[in-house]
Amino acid sequence: MGDPLRFRADEPHDEPAVTLDAFLGQSNATAVRIESGEDARALLPHLDRIALVEVSFPKFRDGRGYSSARILREAGYAGELRAQGDVLVDQIPLMRRCGFDSFAPEAPVDEAVLAAALARYDHHYQRAADPAVPVWKLRHG
Amino acid sequence: MYKYDEYDHSIVAARVEEFRDQVNRRLAGQITEDQFKPLRLMNGLYLQLHAYMLRVAVPYGTLDSRQMHMLAHIARKYDRGYGHFTTRQNIQYNWIKLADAPDILADLATVEMHAIQTSGNCIRNISSDQYAGAAADELTDPRPWAELLRQWSSFHPEFSYLPRKFKIAVIAADEDRAAMRLHDIGLQVVERGGQHGVAVYVGGGMGRTPMVAPLIKDFVPFEDFLSYMEACLRVYNRYGRRDNIYKARIKILVHEIGADKYRDEVEAEFAEVKKLDLDPPRAEFDRIAAYFAPPPYETGLSDAIDRGDPDFAVWLDQNVAAHKAPGYAIVNISLKPVGGIPGDASADQIDVMADLARDYSFDELRVTHAQNIVLPHVRKADLPAIWQKLADAGLAEANLDLISDIIACPGLDYCSLANARSIPVAQKIAQRFSDLGRQRELGELKLKISGCINACGHHHAGHIGILGVDRKGTENYQLLLGGSGAEDVSLGTITGPGFSEDGIVDAVEKATDVYLRERAEGERFLDTYRRVGMAPFKEAIYG
Repeated sequence: MGDPLRFRADEPHDEPAVTLDAFLGQSNATAVRIESGEDARALLPHLDRIALVEVSFPKFRDGRGYSSARILREAGYAGELRAQGDVLVDQIPLMRRCGFDSFAPEAPVDEAVLAAALARYDHHYQRAADPAVPVWKLRHG
Repeated sequence: MYKYDEYDHSIVAARVEEFRDQVNRRLAGQITEDQFKPLRLMNGLYLQLHAYMLRVAVPYGTLDSRQMHMLAHIARKYDRGYGHFTTRQNIQYNWIKLADAPDILADLATVEMHAIQTSGNCIRNISSDQYAGAAADELTDPRPWAELLRQWSSFHPEFSYLPRKFKIAVIAADEDRAAMRLHDIGLQVVERGGQHGVAVYVGGGMGRTPMVAPLIKDFVPFEDFLSYMEACLRVYNRYGRRDNIYKARIKILVHEIGADKYRDEVEAEFAEVKKLDLDPPRAEFDRIAAYFAPPPYETGLSDAIDRGDPDFAVWLDQNVAAHKAPGYAIVNISLKPVGGIPGDASADQIDVMADLARDYSFDELRVTHAQNIVLPHVRKADLPAIWQKLADAGLAEANLDLISDIIACPGLDYCSLANARSIPVAQKIAQRFSDLGRQRELGELKLKISGCINACGHHHAGHIGILGVDRKGTENYQLLLGGSGAEDVSLGTITGPGFSEDGIVDAVEKATDVYLRERAEGERFLDTYRRVGMAPFKEAIYG
């Protein structure tokens, strides 16, 4: 697997991500991986020392990671948030809206297709974890 | 009705281009069918037994004549000259070529229509009361709430890969014409302290484990509406089961953890998401509601109707409902002719209905969950002319809510999931009871047929329900009695061993004989069943 696709300006974090259990049991880890069934809120007391959260997508159909990402961003987490696993190119725009800014798909992603997908929608109906202003806000200020 | 602004147009146009790109990648072999499947499903494109089926969204079942004409155009140009109106108030086309699908979506976009989220494990088309805005018994028009949900749920980034599909219905009358409590979320607009809000029911549904949704919150004001929906969905997305497709609907989650625990989880989540400024301002509600303002009714109209033609009089009594405006009525157009396929209409018939809407109904039509069409606002004085035009087009069947007004899924004639055919059973029952006088003697009798346990034909909610199963390689039909999808919601009970295709028709007839024998004054079939219980029916059917 190559380097993750990153939408961040900072340098990639080089510490390997540890499991949630391992993370909660040790005080110095700065990178953690959460499985799709694990509760992202368990990380909230520790956000100030985390530089990377990797969220696992064991199957593209398993959408729990989208909620995990939003929960972390809503709590103010500003570090790298990576989607890893069965991540399809057509899902990345939705994941970006949920706050993911780093991607490690198991199968390679066609960068031209991805660029077109990310540029496709000028407007979004609902507020999410990205800076997009929802359409109702554009309508009414 | 709602009109797109620049933002709506921009989003739907982007979707057309996105799907065109996805189809092109598939046709070029850049993605496999396995990878393409979730993409096409998110856009209502199914691979069925013989061809692709495309399901087009009709948000809350409301259409204007221009849109209805477009549906006819698509039937002619891309299908075999007809379309099938569904229990989700949508329309589907059964003979679509994959390469045509992007052009169909582009055609639809010209009339502010799309196929967004008509399938897939996401929030589906929002359904509503087909009499919205016209019913005498409604508190308000529920459709602004439905349109708010349509926008909020379209391409919702967090809820596009839910454990399973998710269906929401909104009503605003005590009489439930939308099977509200048999949805994943059912909403009823209610009033409290002079303000409108919604009562929230969560965890209803049919399928192999039918459930009536419990009340989760008795009043959510507009100011919290979408935040509360967000919380309801987030709890489901996080905790809904993903280990077993048959246990993945929200009804299983609510049932397994209990309504109280689910409510606690939603309240806790709501406290978080309410901080996020997810709720549009009142001005947005007002903007949308203005599109649903009452049409400019004429005043001083007479309520008199010339009942001279006896066939017209029968249709009038059966298919025309009371309207809230004096001198107006609601016309139901039955898509259930004897021997026909429930919900099917030819392109020519679709055009006729569109023209009638334009000429007589303030340019509005509705699709009903019972697979019929409604002209919501017609002058009573125009009823004879409308009836004549419907009769000329083969659309004047006077059987609304009678035994031949059958809901049926496509069944094994089309569907790759089905175990048995539904359409031939519907046709045989309609033929057995083809005498309209006999049907009217039986009165309101909602008969619903599903060709498999997934219950797309709503058999659990039929006064009489029929479930097709596969029994050692032959089609077998189970009979259920006592279901209802209305405000007196209940789930049907299986009578006993199943029947052959002809045997089920006989069994239905025997059940109706018991009703005629046992009924008390003013009782419908359902009322008699509820009073006398299963025993006399069982005895007649199996005795």
